[in-house]
Order: sequence, then structure tokens, then C-alpha cells
Amino acid sequence: MSINAVIKAFDHSEQMLEEHPQNDGVAPAIELLSTDKVYNNGTRALLPVDLKIKQGEFVTLLGPSGCGKSTLLKMVAGLEEPSDGRLLLWRKPINQLANNGRTLSFVFQEASLMAWHSVRKNVRLALELEGVKGKEADERVEKVLKLVGLEKFSEALPKELSGGMQMRVSIARGLVIKPDLLLMDEPFGALDEITRYKLDSDLLDLWQRNGLTVIFVTHSIHEAVFLSQRVIVMAARPGRVVADIKIEEPFPRKAEFRMQPRFTEYAMQLHDCLVSASTEDEL
Amino acid sequence: MNTIAPNPKRPWLSHPRIRKVIVPAAIAVILLLLWQAVVTAGKVPEYIFPSPLVTLNTLYEDWGLLGPSLLFTLKITLLSFLMATVVGCGIAFLFVQSRAIETAFFPYAVLLQVTPIVAIAPLIIIWIDNTVLALVVCSTLVALFPIISNTTLGLRSVSPNLLAYFKLRQASRLQVLWRLRIPSALPYFFAALKIASGLSLVGAVVAEFVAGTGGSNTGLAYQILQSGYQLNIPRMFAALILISLTGVVLFIAMSILSKLAIGHWHESEN
Repeated sequence: MSINAVIKAFDHSEQMLEEHPQNDGVAPAIELLSTDKVYNNGTRALLPVDLKIKQGEFVTLLGPSGCGKSTLLKMVAGLEEPSDGRLLLWRKPINQLANNGRTLSFVFQEASLMAWHSVRKNVRLALELEGVKGKEADERVEKVLKLVGLEKFSEALPKELSGGMQMRVSIARGLVIKPDLLLMDEPFGALDEITRYKLDSDLLDLWQRNGLTVIFVTHSIHEAVFLSQRVIVMAARPGRVVADIKIEEPFPRKAEFRMQPRFTEYAMQLHDCLVSASTEDEL
Repeated sequence: MNTIAPNPKRPWLSHPRIRKVIVPAAIAVILLLLWQAVVTAGKVPEYIFPSPLVTLNTLYEDWGLLGPSLLFTLKITLLSFLMATVVGCGIAFLFVQSRAIETAFFPYAVLLQVTPIVAIAPLIIIWIDNTVLALVVCSTLVALFPIISNTTLGLRSVSPNLLAYFKLRQASRLQVLWRLRIPSALPYFFAALKIASGLSLVGAVVAEFVAGTGGSNTGLAYQILQSGYQLNIPRMFAALILISLTGVVLFIAMSILSKLAIGHWHESEN
């Protein structure tokens, strides 16, 4: 096959994608088409992944350490280049995201705040880098701090806040630019269980109110069940997707959901998936 | 039943700030007293080892000679410290722009550091006619390396997540430098200033020794040399004490500057 023929086929596939959205009528926000990742030292971080995530969906990537879930998330953010395959955000390559009028935010595992700035300035910086200044920036910062319950701490320095509060600042920094897509890499992994449960509920509330598309990385089965509409189960060595499980529980989800038999059933299903994938590795 | 014990009033000496001043000052007083006692009890002649009182008296009586020398040494020290800071930061910014530049030029920065200033000072003094400028250049070379090394390290020691965050927000190189790299580097930079301020003084004194200039351009090193030739040991001690005190004052000044600049957020200043 000549190079021209390959390019033609590639253009055709892109045209087909634009002309024919998914059958259920909701256009996918994210599409990974045989996307894989091999690092320069030859380590295969991720086998080819095919995945579509709809606009407004809350999807969790669940798996053990080293299964490539963070790599996958970073590829979606454009922080890592895929080695092969295609990755489209709203039907366009990631470098055209701004042209699409879309924005994404990334919340890291650590709050990663600027220690020398107050809470308000940390959040405001995101807007200043986008070119939003003056009164509009002030109003948006105030609104988002209220949303995460930190309006009284706007002048505090990060070191004066608890771990949970710092993470709220990090989320506020992510939300202030009004993203279409929120990517979260084990954001609550370092927090105690009570704070974590509270932030899980707050996150669901924010997701529903703002119509975000969220990809959430965790290695906690219970967190995945509580938060997600879909859980993508991944396995390690090499990193790969092994299952795509729907959590068909209506929203809003209250804390009581964690006590219900359905919750345990979903948790068991995910647990079995993870165990069978790791058993395959050992064999 | 839980009872809350009354909070006893904290003794003033246990306050960290007071302790930071009182303890070293108390040790200084003890050492001075010991020095005075040993010299007095042993009847040590002042041309061998002058007592603190004799030294203090010489400092007062020879102030007409030592004062201008102190100002001259201070001038060389401050000029070279300023020059080392400006040049060092400029080189560090350049190094951070590209690993290739750093790899190519860093060995030469190390070369500056490991070459003894006494070995190259005579050359510099021959090449540069202006004595003050020659001394400043010598002293700058001594103080430069810690600024380059620490500032480069600081500019590179940025949280990878914050760097990724700036990348996601499509920040320009200048925005990354100004809003992220420079604030992150400040603790390293101020640590470098504390070292470089002392090295500027050492460089100034060593360069003066090598230059050995007389006339109006005479620093404390020249006074030490002259005192040695004339066996005026009390004046030598007085000049030495002035040099030591200058070093301590410079260090304290840099510590205060650091505290003012980063004390509110960086744990090293707590």
C-alpha cells in the first residue's frame, strides 16, 4: 500500500467519524483508537486501547499500580504522546482542542499548589494564564471558591490548610476555567477515608451541576463504584484494558449507597475482574 | 473527668527568637572572658597574643587608619557581591533555557570554582589597570559559583506537576520562568546569597593581599600585612576582628533578606 493510499484511508476514516456520531446520538468527547504507549527505553506502558467516552459521562479508570491508567490519562491531557493509534477530543486531535472552543483541566494526585501564593492567587493564576483578568477573574474565583466551600480561606497560604482543603483548592483551580473535560489522577489517594468520602460526594455534586465530562483514576474499588457511570478496569504488565463495566445506579448517589447490597455486588464484580486479570498475568 | 491544666507562662529564654540571639552572644562573652583571663594570668606579651581589651583599645585608637580600610574592603566586597549576583543569575537563566547550553558551559563554571584565586589574581591585576576593578573581578570570581550552581538547581527544581499544569494552560516560556521557576528558585537563591556574601569578603581580602596596594586604595588586608611587617599584632587583631564582624553582618543581612522574601511560605525560614 502506497503512502498516498494510507493518507487517503486515514482522511476517509476521519471524515466518517465526523459524519457519523455514535449510534446512541450522544457524540463522544474522547476517542482512543488503538492508542498505545511504549517509552523510549522500550517499556510498553499500554497495549492498544479502544475507548469512547461520551460528553457528560463520569468514567473511572481502575487498576493496580503500573497498569497504565495515569499514562492513559496523561495522553488524553496531551502531557504524553501516544506511540501509535489515534486520540481525538471532540473529533479533533488534541492540539486542536483550543480551536474547538473546548478546555480541559487536570487535577493531580498531590494538590500541587504554589506555596508562595494564597488560595485566591493559586486559583486566579489559571485565569490569568488564559488572559482573563480584572473584575471578571475576581468574580469567577470567588464563585468557584464558594463552590468548593473555601470562600473563608481565600487569603490563606497552602501550608495553612489541611490535605483535604488543599485538594479542594486544586479542584477549584481546575474548575475555574470552566472546563469541558476534567481529568483527575488519584486526587484523593493521600487523604483519610472520611475526607475522601466527603470529597467524593462533593465531586459528584459538582459534576452534575456543571455538566462536566470526568475521567477519574483510582485504585480504590469502592471509590470507583460510588462515583462512576462506567468503570474501565485495567491490568498491569503490560498495561491494558480488561473490562468496561457500567454502574447503573441513579444519581444523585447518597452516602447510604455505600451500605446497599447493589454496591457490594458491583464492588465484587470489579474485584473479580481485577483478580482474574492478575491471575492471567501469573499464568 | 478531663481537666485542662493551666497554661504556665512561657519563660522568656525559651522563646526561639531570643534564644537565637542570646545563646551565641553568651558564648561570645564567655570566650572573650576566657581569652582575657588566659592572657592576663599567663602574662602573654601583646606582640604575641593581645588581650581583647588591648585589641579593643587599638581598634579605638587606630580607627583613623582602620575605618577607611574597612570602608574600602566593604566597597570591594559589596561591588563584587552585586556583580556575582547579577552575572550568576544571568548565567543560571541561560543554563535553564537548554540542557545543551548547561552541558557545554557548566564545566567552565566549575573550572572557575576550583582554580585558586591566589593563582590567577596576579594575572588579573596585570591585565586590569584600575586597581578597584581588578580587585572586584578577583572577588567576583570567588563568589560566582555558588550563585550559578544554586540558582540553576533552584530554577530546575520545579514541581513536575506544576510544570505540567503550566504546559496544559499553554503558558509561554516567560510566564513559566516568571511565575513558576523564579519563585521556586528563591529558597536556593537566598541560600546562595548567604554563601556568596561571605565568599565576596574572602575574595576581596585575598585579592588585596595579592595586589598589596598602598596609598588611598588600602583595605583591611593591607593593614594586616603592614601590621605583620611592623609587628603591630594588636592592630592586626583589630583588623581581623573587623573582617570577621563584616562577614557576620553580611550573613545576618542576607538571613534577614531571605526571611523577608520567603519567610511567610518556605519552611526553611520557620
